[in-house]
Amino acid sequence: MHENASALQLILSGDPALYAIVRLSLFISLSALAISAVLGVPIGAFVALTRFAGRESVIVLLNALMGLPPVVVGLAVYLLLSRSGPLGSLGILFTPTAMVIAQTILVTPIIAALARQTIEDLWAEYRDELTAMNVGPLRRVTTLIWDGRFSLVVTLLAGFGRAAAEVGAIIIVGGNINGFTRTMTTAIALETSKGDLALAMGLGAALIAIVVIVNVLAWAARRVGEQIAG
Amino acid sequence: MRALASDLPIRFDTVTVRSRGVTILDHVTLQIEAGAPTVLIGPNGSGKTTLLRAAMGLLAPTQGRISWGGIEKSPPIRRGFVFQHPAMLRRSVAANLRYALRAARVPHAYHDARIEELLALVGLAGLDKRPARRLSGGEQQRLALARALARDPVVLFLDEPTASLDPASTKAIEDVIRAVAARAIKIVMSTHDLGEARRLAGEIILLHRGRIVERAAAAEFLGSPKTEQAKLFIAGELLV
Repeated sequence: MHENASALQLILSGDPALYAIVRLSLFISLSALAISAVLGVPIGAFVALTRFAGRESVIVLLNALMGLPPVVVGLAVYLLLSRSGPLGSLGILFTPTAMVIAQTILVTPIIAALARQTIEDLWAEYRDELTAMNVGPLRRVTTLIWDGRFSLVVTLLAGFGRAAAEVGAIIIVGGNINGFTRTMTTAIALETSKGDLALAMGLGAALIAIVVIVNVLAWAARRVGEQIAG
Repeated sequence: MRALASDLPIRFDTVTVRSRGVTILDHVTLQIEAGAPTVLIGPNGSGKTTLLRAAMGLLAPTQGRISWGGIEKSPPIRRGFVFQHPAMLRRSVAANLRYALRAARVPHAYHDARIEELLALVGLAGLDKRPARRLSGGEQQRLALARALARDPVVLFLDEPTASLDPASTKAIEDVIRAVAARAIKIVMSTHDLGEARRLAGEIILLHRGRIVERAAAAEFLGSPKTEQAKLFIAGELLV
């Protein structure tokens, strides 16, 4: 009970340390989500609309990559960015940039695989009409992405959920440095191990609240959009 | 607005279409010219839809040649198609038409007037802001007609456009088809409803097992059919 009260007090008092961690977490997760969307949706659209040798294998691979173990991704990015690694000269290990890269690798397959399914289903419905209207390939893609936007929002939410909840990769490549690379999930792990349950619970409550708020906003946007567009 | 290239006549030269080892159209030779509506009739699986899709250019023949206005591999610029179950784009009625107009490269300045004209033609005036997918089945079919007409086609293909519609919706669609035909747009449509063929057709083509069994002016076909299959079909017997 004491920890609950302290956690609530931390949130309501606007504790600067807590809110700095929340801001950094949001920055990393949303940056990774944005980059993953820019990469993943076109990849999904390409696989959905193109027939090529090995396509089925690519689909299976994309689906399998949705379950990438975060610690393995963290280890791979660490090896790439460490001083002796091929990208070590960039000097970005233990920075938020490295954390964004790791999360992007985790989230992109989720968005690509789910977008592929959404766009392929819509293409099955639209193919005859768009072909009869003599719509070109680029316009087909933009039409399918636009008309599938409400389903793609759910895809983005799945990606955001993965990024926001992730700890294994970013703790390896970020180092959990106080005030620099400490996020909600890494801080929760650290504070729990130290026995500071109040801060851990405050962060946990904030994390859950953020995920719920983002989902409610997305749901509302989807409902309003569907009312207008059908 | 655009060059008046004509896709007519459409010529099928011994066209065969096979899919997964099944022959769907079997050495069909046919010429479709401007004039009164051509109605394809025949039992399910006789090849009506495949013939329409091939005539639109949506599928390539396995054998034989198809030409539009004497040109093979002609893109469907002046041809429109209304599917039996048309897909409604996830946007408003007006936006569906705007999309079709853009696809047909109609200059933007003409869009509003053209949308108003098309909606009036198909009896959907006042529904321009409604989401297309919330329309009734009959209204969706009429929107699909308007969308196909946005291409300013010289020929319009309709695949069983009134199948599974109630009588009121069927009448509304048939009225639009008559209005379109009156604008000198060639109608080529399929139906399994002999009554509809009687009401709309200028000429009738009976298909059976992928072959043209009989082709004649509607009055002649219905009044004095020449083939046994046509007599059976008109009598309401099953063609197997």
